[in-house]
Amino acid sequence: MTTATQTQGSATEPAQPARPTVSQSLWADAWRRLKKNRMAVICGGIFAVVCVFSFIGPLIAEWFFGLDGTKQRIDLGATAPSWSHWMGTDVLGRDMMVRIMEGGRIAIIVAFVATVVALVVGVSWGATAAYMGGRVDEVMMRFVDTMYAFPRIVFVIVIMSVLETKSLVLLFALIGAISWLNMARIVRGQVLSLRNREFVDAARCLGVPTTGILFRHIVPNTLGPVIVYATLSIPSVMLSEAFLSFLGLGVQAPTASWGTLVTEGVTQIAVYPWVLIGPGLIMGITIFALNFLGDGLRDALDPQMRKD
Amino acid sequence: MLRLILSRLVAGVFVILAVATFSFFMLRAAPGSPLDDERSVPEAIQRNIEKHYNLDKSLWGQYVHYMKRMVFHADLGHSMKRSQTVSEIIRENFPKSVILGVMALVFAGLFGTVLGVIAASKQNTWTDHTSMGFALFGISMPAFVLGPILIMIFSLSLHWFPPARFDGFASMILPAATLGMIYMGVVARLARSGMLETMRQDYIRTARAKGLSERKVVWKHGLRLGLLPVVTYLGPAAAALVTGSFVVEKIFQIPGLGFYFVASITDRDYPVLTGVLVFYSVFLILLNLIVDIMYGYLDPRIRDQR
Repeated sequence: MTTATQTQGSATEPAQPARPTVSQSLWADAWRRLKKNRMAVICGGIFAVVCVFSFIGPLIAEWFFGLDGTKQRIDLGATAPSWSHWMGTDVLGRDMMVRIMEGGRIAIIVAFVATVVALVVGVSWGATAAYMGGRVDEVMMRFVDTMYAFPRIVFVIVIMSVLETKSLVLLFALIGAISWLNMARIVRGQVLSLRNREFVDAARCLGVPTTGILFRHIVPNTLGPVIVYATLSIPSVMLSEAFLSFLGLGVQAPTASWGTLVTEGVTQIAVYPWVLIGPGLIMGITIFALNFLGDGLRDALDPQMRKD
Repeated sequence: MLRLILSRLVAGVFVILAVATFSFFMLRAAPGSPLDDERSVPEAIQRNIEKHYNLDKSLWGQYVHYMKRMVFHADLGHSMKRSQTVSEIIRENFPKSVILGVMALVFAGLFGTVLGVIAASKQNTWTDHTSMGFALFGISMPAFVLGPILIMIFSLSLHWFPPARFDGFASMILPAATLGMIYMGVVARLARSGMLETMRQDYIRTARAKGLSERKVVWKHGLRLGLLPVVTYLGPAAAALVTGSFVVEKIFQIPGLGFYFVASITDRDYPVLTGVLVFYSVFLILLNLIVDIMYGYLDPRIRDQR
């Protein structure tokens, strides 16, 4: 509740219709503030490196070193990190580093797709509730409140385990479907403060239909906080994917994800600790970096929400 | 206040009915019937078993029966893999989960508050940055990575705690720390921002002006209002604690409800899966109601508003 009310005020900045240059300077201003936050910039860099590592890394490993994440070498077995295998190999002799790269690719794709799903649902839900107001708003937001108190992931667990298909698309959709609540709240708060503005009245006078006003004129003005919370929801979605994979419901073998790698590692921790530490550490670092970046973006784009 | 409680209760009943309906249809959608077994049984026995499980009725009939049994007898069905009913499994194992959850919350509340208050009182210093970095580390570290690493360090190398057992206080420390880490981080951040806001209030200036020691100002007067955001977080925290317990109980082999929930996933024990889902819903709705009431008492402004 507090977040919604606090963010309402911050919308005063993006919409200063009298001077169009102001909206430009908001982004420039935010960029300047972000750059001053050294930790956030470093964390952005770390995330960029992880992306390159996950998406381009496997190609390089294959072309130059002939390493392949699925090729098993039972004769080799689990070996500790060495020059030929920087992060060691797992029990089946597969190179851990390539597996972590490929796992990262899946994790990042899941995180982005699910966040986009959450974004679309959350923004539409929140904007509609706020714009309609009254009863509709109350019912829609009460639904959000109720769902908020739930371990929504349990629904995903039940659905994923009962349905026999373990398709990745279903996984994306389900994780997205449980992650939009925060977004809806934030957007609602923003729209509430925007909907009585002059430019909205002007659009209405010109005969723009409700959906047009909502999605062409109001939603773009809520972009700042939306970007912030999208960034912050990526790490939590990543955790959800890993959590489901840990329970054996997410990504299925032989495809690797960070969750499946960690799960494998947990069982062998006493004997081959590197099988856990590699993926666990990289995943932890990535999530940490994204959280930090999200905090930095919040400070930059949403000064009213600043933690001082 | 009474209106709030009543409206919450009514909404809660609807939610529970919705969850129960969902779980019933998920049960029906599950592949295979509960009677699928390697053994083949004579026709008559098969019919008798079907009758016992009400599979001979229509879908609607089964639904009504399921809901009736749940509402009036708190009966969530019988496990397909164990010789226990779902209610028995819950009754036997949930207390262990509650102990674990309470310990995790105490851990989180204690360390999180201290971390947050210290960070706020030394704002923008290295102490502040380090504490908040540590809090964010706690939020970012997934329990299934943290747990095994803690086991490796404190059980396998240092031999301080047993790695995976459930007997006595010492065996609960590592699981509680693993489970509580995330909440510690969140509590620390909430406490910090709450304290920063509180310390600017007039009544704090008054307290300082009348010559109270800084410690008393912070820990007695400031904390009271500064911790309100933490109380609001208790509701979502309880929900997340449930999910967290799945992982932690699996890693540390604690025979709590989460452990059985995870086992029912791998066993495809659908009645347990859906039954426990309904149970969690009831539990969380009641808990959230309590949190709402508590919040009303702590902050009179909220109480009067509703």
